[in-house]
Amino acid sequence: MIFKKFKQDAKGFIFEGITLLSALIIIAILVVMLVVIVKGGKSMFTWEFLSTFPTEGMTKGGIFPAIFGTALLVIIMSIAAVPFGTITAIYLTEYAKENSFIARSIRFAVRTLAVIPSIIYGLFGLGFFIKFVGTGMDSIFTGGQLKWGQPNILWASLTMALLTLPVVIVSVEEALKTIPRDLREASLALGATKWQTIRKVVLPGSYSGIMTGTILAVSRGAGEVAPILFTGAAYYLATLPHSLSDQFMVLGYHIYIMSTQSANVDQTLPIQFGTTLVLLLLTFSLNFTAIILRYRIRKKRIA
Amino acid sequence: MKNLKIHTENMYLYYGSKMALNNVSIEIPENKVTALIGPSGCGKSTFLRSLNRMNDLIDSVKIEGNIFIDDINIYDKNIDVVNLRKKVGMVFQKSNPFAKSIFENVAYGPRINGINNNNELTEIVEKSLQNAAIWDEVKDRLHDSALGLSGGQQQRLCIARTLAVNPEVILMDEPASALDPISTSKIEELIVQLKENYTIVIVTHNMQQAARISDDTAFFYLGELIEFGKTKKIFTNPDKKQTEDYITGRFG
Amino acid sequence: MDNFKKIKDLFKNKKPNPADKIDITRKRFRWSDFIAEKIIKSVAFLSITIIILIFIFVFRESFPIFNFAKKEKPKTEQVSNTQEQYGVETTAPEKQEQYGVEETTAPEKQEQYGVQTTEDTTKGESFTPQEVTESGSTTDNNKSALKTLPTKVWQPVSDNPRYGLLPLLIGTIKITLISLLFAGPLAILAALYTSVFAPKRLKELIKPTIEMLAGVPSVVIGFFALMVMATFLQNLFGYDVRLNSFVGGIAMGLAAIPIIYTITEDALTAVPKTYYEASLALGASKWQTAFFVILPAATPGIFAAILLGIGRVFGETMIALMATGNAAMMGLNPFESVRTLAATIGAEMAEVVFGDTHYNVLFLIGSMLFIFTFAINAIAEFWVKGKLMKKIQGK
Repeated sequence: MIFKKFKQDAKGFIFEGITLLSALIIIAILVVMLVVIVKGGKSMFTWEFLSTFPTEGMTKGGIFPAIFGTALLVIIMSIAAVPFGTITAIYLTEYAKENSFIARSIRFAVRTLAVIPSIIYGLFGLGFFIKFVGTGMDSIFTGGQLKWGQPNILWASLTMALLTLPVVIVSVEEALKTIPRDLREASLALGATKWQTIRKVVLPGSYSGIMTGTILAVSRGAGEVAPILFTGAAYYLATLPHSLSDQFMVLGYHIYIMSTQSANVDQTLPIQFGTTLVLLLLTFSLNFTAIILRYRIRKKRIA
Repeated sequence: MKNLKIHTENMYLYYGSKMALNNVSIEIPENKVTALIGPSGCGKSTFLRSLNRMNDLIDSVKIEGNIFIDDINIYDKNIDVVNLRKKVGMVFQKSNPFAKSIFENVAYGPRINGINNNNELTEIVEKSLQNAAIWDEVKDRLHDSALGLSGGQQQRLCIARTLAVNPEVILMDEPASALDPISTSKIEELIVQLKENYTIVIVTHNMQQAARISDDTAFFYLGELIEFGKTKKIFTNPDKKQTEDYITGRFG
Repeated sequence: MDNFKKIKDLFKNKKPNPADKIDITRKRFRWSDFIAEKIIKSVAFLSITIIILIFIFVFRESFPIFNFAKKEKPKTEQVSNTQEQYGVETTAPEKQEQYGVEETTAPEKQEQYGVQTTEDTTKGESFTPQEVTESGSTTDNNKSALKTLPTKVWQPVSDNPRYGLLPLLIGTIKITLISLLFAGPLAILAALYTSVFAPKRLKELIKPTIEMLAGVPSVVIGFFALMVMATFLQNLFGYDVRLNSFVGGIAMGLAAIPIIYTITEDALTAVPKTYYEASLALGASKWQTAFFVILPAATPGIFAAILLGIGRVFGETMIALMATGNAAMMGLNPFESVRTLAATIGAEMAEVVFGDTHYNVLFLIGSMLFIFTFAINAIAEFWVKGKLMKKIQGK
């Protein structure tokens, strides 16, 4: 008996060890990735690198236009995605009946949007925004002259907004659910209408959730490249975009271009690592903020 | 002759297919305190929430029969539910102030009614807080968060909030169940004062409380209204055996 | 009670009814509520609308391929005698639904569908890139494009363009398999560790760390794979081609790990505690309980996790573009370069002429990817969830 018990414990030790090892391998890869990128990029992490244009055929200089383009992209994207995402979340929590066909269809659509490959969004942006809407706008406004019917920052941002819409919806929905039913009832019992209740009680209580959703969406949008490959991202531009119909540079695309398409990959290696570090810092700090906000919302729900 | 404020006729309520109220007919007089008592799950809270159509919020609830307030059937399809709830206010079991200042909590109702003049609002807030017997405790910190108040104060604030809308009926769902004895007695005093101007229907678990404050008492058991009458009679000489058993603490 | 008089007087001014009773007998129409509700309800349908629009517009851009064949109907019928189109006829009706083309174009649709079925039937055999099909005698037209779809050569930019999707499909499947073999066990075992074995504090450290991987943009993983992992793995295993399906598969596995991990974790945590307690009470040890009770109970959830992992890898573009070598080859050797469907779109779309055959074929690939991920999600959503419910409640 004792022997059997011992054997079982030894086996248990091995099996438990395997699962622990798996977790550790994943973490180790992540750590190695971070260390390598930080090590490779930290020498480039200077104000000059962040604030200047690329020079000498992109073999020297900074990445300012890519940072600027990324910022512009996520701002326009948020302006489109956050209101629509928030309203959808309001519908799902406040208006829809929990298990109605419509609510379930919308939830399924949202989850489908979340798993559609990002390259499909790129195709859609091209087929819908550029070729359908853009070309249509051109034939109306510019008499067929090419202005909107080509890749630009507006179409890229809107494409990205579709991709990040589910992120916003899910976060805001989670936050709306933390508003106690009591408060809604209190408001309604005072003779407030549904919309008054939403506007004055539900929404003010879920600002941090909307914030979390926005941050997560921005983080996602800042890192995605596939949707903007052919909807507006540019290889190199000498000037910043100054209208919505301009193309733009963006961090992720810059990394891709520099590491695969440039004539002398080795020479620009520091720039590539530097850009990757900037992008990684950006997305990680955004995610970290969102995690903290979310943690606080969840704590509020328990309290 | 007492005036009838609320009466129901053969009212049934279902959660999905489960019957929660079975043939309830009751007549609640104006400017009196009516207590609803009975063991947990007997349908008294459900009944209370039907009186301002709070149950509309629950999808699975289905109601049959009639509920009249001032001889108007409140489940008629032309009824304006929003106005109904202004007329029939509600105080909940768990105090539920908004995460706003004390002032804004009370001003919420008037604001919703379109009163935005600051002087008017200040006056309404002050009177409401006075009538809810909490003015002296909060007058120096009207603009502090309501969440900083004690449980008893929060509950009286919620009553003040209801008063500010100037309802005719106030429904109270075990308003003192979570409070300490001192807060409870304050609320009870308040309820007795309020009946001068309001019709009050209160659900309570606490039979002493029902005996102390109410004029009439209704005993619910398993979704049925077993007995309804003068509080004094119910507590001293009930007609039904079940009522007696409950009052004397043999079950529940 | 003068106070109340005052309040009542104040309200009186605002109220239409002089009797000081609130009128409840007439439903009031409230503009703001009406408009708010209408707006909210219509916006809520946006998600569904977007899905439908994606369906329409991605497919629309791939239609011209079939439309050409429609005009040349006699010719295509002649063509339909070739071997590849034959095994397909039975599945034609299904295809009509998917692509929504009118009845009259049925023969052409069969051809198109042949892409998918022939792939399946020929997958097992081995091909060499030198095998060139006899089709494509006409240059740059949709009919020949259509004919080349189920072939083994992807050569869209040449005098004699060939759009054989087989190498792309095989490449994608190869990479998906490799990344799943890598990510699946790791993520599932790690999830088992955090949900069953790990002490609470360690769990709260490990879980968010693994989920941090989800926040790493795929272009960063691609860059890491291209610059660091490729060299490291090459030195380790000593193969010839630096960028190949093995490197790409591992890198995509990194992208799939957080998805598989999180969903598996959820599924394992959802297994009722009673399972665990009952098993321990019967004298089973912790690891036996974990592997033989909890893991099987969570199978549908784990299956869903793997499905969604597949969906992620199948459509991943940036990592594929950067780490797989991007050569459209048919071989089954994991250390050869490959080119995936998604990467092909990403690499070539920017360079094609709008409306060109090549452009349409890329959209056709996109449509295939879309249908595939849509189906995967639907299966994960409905079938798996239903099964999970049955399993936990019905037992």
